[in-house]
Amino acid sequence: MDIRQQKILAALENKDTSVHFDDALDNQMILNMGPQHPATHGVLRLLIKLDGETVVACVPELGYLHRGYEKLAENVSYHEFIPHTDRLDYLSPLMNNTAYVLAVEKLVGIEAPKRAQYIRTIISELARISSHLLGVGALAMDIGALTVFTWTFREREKMYDIFELLTGARFTTSFTRVGGIAHDMTPEVKTAITGFIDQFPEKFNDCIKMLNTNRIFVERLEGVGVISKEKAVAMGMCGPNIRGVGIEHDLRRKEPYLVYNELDFNIPVFYNGDSLSRYYVRVNEVKESIKIIRQCLEKIPDGPVHANEPKKVLPRKERVYTKMEELIHDFMLINFGVNPPVGEVYHAVEASKGELGFYIQSRGEGHPWRLKIRSPSFMNLQSTPLLVEGRMISDIVAILGSLDPVMGEADK
Amino acid sequence: MIQNVVQKLQEKFSPRIISVNEFRGEFTVVVKKEEIVSLCLFLRDHEECQFDYCSDLCGADAYTPENRFEVIYNLYSMSLNHRIRIKVFVDESSLHCPSVTSVWPGAEWPERETFDMYGIVFDGNNDMRRMYMPEEFEYYPLRKDFPMMGIPDSIPLPRK
Repeated sequence: MDIRQQKILAALENKDTSVHFDDALDNQMILNMGPQHPATHGVLRLLIKLDGETVVACVPELGYLHRGYEKLAENVSYHEFIPHTDRLDYLSPLMNNTAYVLAVEKLVGIEAPKRAQYIRTIISELARISSHLLGVGALAMDIGALTVFTWTFREREKMYDIFELLTGARFTTSFTRVGGIAHDMTPEVKTAITGFIDQFPEKFNDCIKMLNTNRIFVERLEGVGVISKEKAVAMGMCGPNIRGVGIEHDLRRKEPYLVYNELDFNIPVFYNGDSLSRYYVRVNEVKESIKIIRQCLEKIPDGPVHANEPKKVLPRKERVYTKMEELIHDFMLINFGVNPPVGEVYHAVEASKGELGFYIQSRGEGHPWRLKIRSPSFMNLQSTPLLVEGRMISDIVAILGSLDPVMGEADK
Repeated sequence: MIQNVVQKLQEKFSPRIISVNEFRGEFTVVVKKEEIVSLCLFLRDHEECQFDYCSDLCGADAYTPENRFEVIYNLYSMSLNHRIRIKVFVDESSLHCPSVTSVWPGAEWPERETFDMYGIVFDGNNDMRRMYMPEEFEYYPLRKDFPMMGIPDSIPLPRK
């Protein structure tokens, strides 16, 4: 056996579990729920020690999608890293773009204008709806309700059309820039978003109606994967998972960024701590996001979408081709980078999976000295052994679906 | 308020705190690495601090001849809603650092990731495996002397 297998077996043997069996038959078996699996939400490997069908210990193994983003970030400039942030939580790329650019703006010390803030809020909430639709759909599909998955994907296709109209790309958008966004939102996009939001609540209710009173769905999720409040906080859980335990923690309310302190929305909290509560939190968050988008579309002001900081913000293309100062600034910013002051900053955002944070250390150069991505799925997956022990194999799939991890984020 | 927290820290731990600085409204406290567990217990349990949530734990390579590595703890308090950052220097000659998994069990996986990327061993974390790279990998990728394009033949690739 090679070193890796030895270490994993040692970790499984040493796992501190509270489940004991005095069965003399000694039926224990180690099962590998490998990286290639339709129900593990990406390339997650779970090694499970089983006694019959009950899980005694579980060791997750990550790293099958590790792309080395933190090493890459030390060699590219701040602007060049924006397309890489698309690929982190690949279900809601606009949210990651916004989170990264907010952290860089905090480091540099500039602030985007009001219209850009409103547009960023709208796209963040659209990304949140898109991610939760997939989360609910994948959870339902893993339980067995395949139709809900296709219905939620049909709604996501309509959102992809909106993203293509706004940013030019369906999926890897790279829409935000340091100091604002790439280009303004045309009235056509506004009509498209309003059209989508008007027809969406009814379609979403169709999907949810099939699940909420469905006896099989409720019985497979109720009481499965329970975690207590203190353990959830100690293990670093975040996002809808911690709001399903009863802790009202949402960075949009506690540390408001963008325009969230001017908007009126609720934070759904459920108190049971099991998979069904996490599912309800996601469903209600989608409804709250629709409210937020409606308010933003009403309140959005007119104005510029780039901050008025020529030395830090990329100038507009038509000016680069005609004016001298913009040409020089464009050259300096592309070649040498933004050059923020020496210091370090940590900025976190409430992404659809939890607290997505960027810790950036700068030494005054055009590229960061150290960039650490605090990914919510990584911390959520850490509690998988606690949730899974004592349950049966089929519950693992339900628990992973309710935790909703994304391996692009967990593996960076 | 976060200034009260920093003041209390300075009163209680003052000869062992190396420096305190503030940037963009965030406070960073640099401590000696032997004191980190007692400092974290104080931060978690004291009623004016209540830092019960370990947001992030990462390493950094300053590439200086002494005190080459840093370990950075970003902490958050759920009840009092404030943040603080604790930094610890780890010298290249003794790459060991006490583990804070006894204070926050959620720090286990970030410590494994820091070990994988920098080679800093955390004493007290009983699951010190590599996180992302395979176990047979001999280098520590995020160190500044590891090239971005990788080292040829350091990782087994599938045959063509």
